[in-house]
Amino acid sequence: MERRTLFAGWMLPAVLVAPQLAITVLFFLLPAWRAFGESVRATDAFGLNSSFVGLANFAELFQSSTYQAALVRTFVFCIAVTCLAMGFGLLLASFANRAIRGARVYRILLIWPYAIAPAIASVIFVFLLQPQIGLLTNLFGRLGLDFNYATHADQAFLLVIVIAAWKQVSYNFIFYLAGLQSVPRSVIEAATLDGARGFYRFRTMIFPLLAPTTFFLIIVNIVYAAFDTFALIFALTAGGPGTATETLVVKVYRDGILNLDIGGSAAQSIILMVIIIGLTTIQFRYTGKRAG
Amino acid sequence: MNRKPDYLAHAVLLLGVVIFIFPLWVAFAGATQSAAAINRGDISLIPRLAGLKIFITAFGFGNAAKGGVPVWHMLLVSLGMALVIAIGKIVISALSAFAIAFFRFPFRMIAFWLIFITLMLPVEVRIIPTYAVMSDFHLINSFTGLTMPLIASATATLLFRQVFLAIPDELVEAAKLDGAGPMRFFFDILLPVSAPNLAALFVILFVYGWNQYLWPLLVATNGKLDPIVLGIVQMITTDQIPQWNLVMAATILAIIPPVLVVVAMQRWFIGGLTEVDK
Repeated sequence: MERRTLFAGWMLPAVLVAPQLAITVLFFLLPAWRAFGESVRATDAFGLNSSFVGLANFAELFQSSTYQAALVRTFVFCIAVTCLAMGFGLLLASFANRAIRGARVYRILLIWPYAIAPAIASVIFVFLLQPQIGLLTNLFGRLGLDFNYATHADQAFLLVIVIAAWKQVSYNFIFYLAGLQSVPRSVIEAATLDGARGFYRFRTMIFPLLAPTTFFLIIVNIVYAAFDTFALIFALTAGGPGTATETLVVKVYRDGILNLDIGGSAAQSIILMVIIIGLTTIQFRYTGKRAG
Repeated sequence: MNRKPDYLAHAVLLLGVVIFIFPLWVAFAGATQSAAAINRGDISLIPRLAGLKIFITAFGFGNAAKGGVPVWHMLLVSLGMALVIAIGKIVISALSAFAIAFFRFPFRMIAFWLIFITLMLPVEVRIIPTYAVMSDFHLINSFTGLTMPLIASATATLLFRQVFLAIPDELVEAAKLDGAGPMRFFFDILLPVSAPNLAALFVILFVYGWNQYLWPLLVATNGKLDPIVLGIVQMITTDQIPQWNLVMAATILAIIPPVLVVVAMQRWFIGGLTEVDK
């Protein structure tokens, strides 16, 4: 889509886009370009010399069992977080959309977690579930459950899923509520008169109308789970115990910053870029949003 | 309506509210209790009134891991960072969207696509090379380094472009007839017309800026520029036993500003978010 009425000249617009372009080139494109460069080079043990190795870094990654495990782990993590966060978001939105007293108050009380930092979400859950002092840990202990996310791999993985989903529910809630509010009242009322009730009515008449929202949210939630949960996981477990909660973004950080494997980390960055480019393209192609 | 209340809806929504508030309530109640009680694993759900002053004490509490930078300082860094990022993103995005929507200049579409690409390059996927670029420009441990690279925004540019493209041609013609130049049109007509979008973007970007973790972790290494989110995580991941009451009080303090912004501006925020992201 283009405008018909325009202003003349090219100097002014060039100046107007310059700041944004400068930042984009310096801090986005240049690092991405460097990542490409580093991903095809290997540095010696002393970090002094590097040599061109072609796709060896990538080959090494895909053969490495820890990378394969991180891929699978990230996949499971994304699916679990997406299902939980969207399921609860839809459930809450469908009830909040009913004509009930206090609907506005509920709305506020359900959207505020949007504002919580992922890292802070982890901090407050640590306080609840800290192995020695946590309120819930002690409660679980009395019920005979030994909960210690610092030592039990599966509990740690489960916990990062729960926190990541907890944090994301309100986002999905906001979008589903907006989606539901655009469903004409008459559709809902007609369904009621026909004697279709409750879940059946929801599933057959309303859910299909939410399909665009659902599709959009699936992509957004996967991107969130895959990329925006670094802080959440890193603050809670730093990827541990062992590699139990090491998703791809955590691994990039651990390998690059902590283990100083520049080539391997750069190759991982490139793979992540490919993944996110794929997801963004799908989002723009199929949600009716046109960029050009 | 004289129907009986929708008990099921209230039950489900209340349960949702409780699931969200419970962890925060425990943090709040915990903050008011003595460090000794907490370390015994003796956390009460009832806040101790005498302990409420911890929320004042916590401002002066220092992060021992980073040379004792106090909480108030970290809160200020967060505030500065959130404001500069939110306002900076809005300004440069509005300007570039204005240029792309209202002018025809060489390489216009290339400029647009370059900006669009940033959507696909979050820090998380280019950690090492971005760090290298930052250190080449001597931007490590500087406020500029902390904020400027986060100011480019494809999302905000896309939104503004969409809003600007929907401005009726008559409005532009009228402004031209009145002899308004492009910048006059931008400030007197375009910005006021987009005010609701500006408000919504401000909320989203303020929260984004306030909640940054990975970027400060890379750029702020000597403590002076630690935002509160980073500082709190460091407080609980040190080798010593954390002073839980103070850490939880600091956590509550760190949550309040972004939550306030979202709640106070929720009318624009809800409409805007669904508009921006979609």
